[in-house]
Amino acid sequence: MKDDARLSEEETMLRSIEAMLPRFEKNRAQLIPILQAIQEEHQYLSREAMRLVADYLEISPSEVLGVATFYNQFRFHPPGRHQIKVCLGTACHVAGGDIILENFERKLGIREGETTPDREYSVERVACVGCCALAPVAVVDDKVIGHMQPSKIEGLFLQFDLQREQEKAREAGEEADAQAGS
Amino acid sequence: MIALDVDGRTIQVEAGITVLEACLQNGIFIPNLCFVKTRKRPHASCRLCFVEIDGLDRPVPSCTQRVRDGMKVRTDTEPVRRLQRSAFKLLMSTHICTPRECPTQGRCQLIRTAKLLKVSLKPSPLERLERDVDPVVRLGPLVHYPYRCVLCGRCVHVCGEESGHGLLTFAKRGFNTVVATFVSEGEEGPCAECSACVGVCPTGALTLEAPETAESEEPGRAADSGG
Repeated sequence: MKDDARLSEEETMLRSIEAMLPRFEKNRAQLIPILQAIQEEHQYLSREAMRLVADYLEISPSEVLGVATFYNQFRFHPPGRHQIKVCLGTACHVAGGDIILENFERKLGIREGETTPDREYSVERVACVGCCALAPVAVVDDKVIGHMQPSKIEGLFLQFDLQREQEKAREAGEEADAQAGS
Repeated sequence: MIALDVDGRTIQVEAGITVLEACLQNGIFIPNLCFVKTRKRPHASCRLCFVEIDGLDRPVPSCTQRVRDGMKVRTDTEPVRRLQRSAFKLLMSTHICTPRECPTQGRCQLIRTAKLLKVSLKPSPLERLERDVDPVVRLGPLVHYPYRCVLCGRCVHVCGEESGHGLLTFAKRGFNTVVATFVSEGEEGPCAECSACVGVCPTGALTLEAPETAESEEPGRAADSGG
């Protein structure tokens, strides 16, 4: 996606947030419900979104930031096309889940909770996903991968790269077809 | 004015203040990090300002007790010191301290507290836990050194409640808690540079001065010379 497209996307999001704010009472007790509603609709809380909420409730934007960062529930980056969740529940923690998370972070050059600049990948840590026998576990695009190992991470990205190349080839092929047809 | 007895000395103070303030006003040092006079209720979270008061069966934080006429206070008994040392060691377990290089010498209440308690600035026998924080952070026009911060909350209180700027806040939680602001780097935001936060910081973690030179920024990683 180009920067301009992203800007207008943000603009649209902010306008939609502005439109929904009057649904809520102007009371600081409404802060968390508002943040939840924004996240539900837009998947994350952008800086400007938090500023809008602060203005609406007439509280300091720093207060909004303090509350929002307190809860694991809130995200501050848009989700990537591929969402990677690394389990750090007790069993996965014991089995080295933190090493798996670190591997993802290093491979993508982002920290937990962030999204790569090209919005391809986002990494987050989750508590137990419920299959401790497979520890350490990662959930990639809703697919559970058990017995995670650094080598599996390499394989995963190789697969994604391949997939992307195929998509590109297909797009190029379609374009060529369209040109040939005209 | 009322009179109370502190460590065998009689002091005259005005009614209504806390035992901690009474002692500090009279040159009797009680270690304290989180006390701010303007707080409606004391936080009593640093667990350093313990004293023993006649009639109470165990040491109490002196910031939570108002002075009474004829009160008998002891600030240096063994139970008090034991509590203070434990609290101090816990604080130091996440606070990398290199007193020789630290530019907050003189301002830092931790160094003063260590001297009074006659303990080293190392957390031993406790383990050292390293916090994942940046050496220097710009909070609007302020310069913040998170590794010096003990999260006492004084700056957040004075910025929000007292000055009404609301620039500073706590972000994240638990072990990851940091003092933060919404304002981006270099931006003024609502900060009027009143330096209230700088004035109350017990560890010199906030300043309006330019960042210090590179070698003093990361003392813990340069050399482990604490104590």
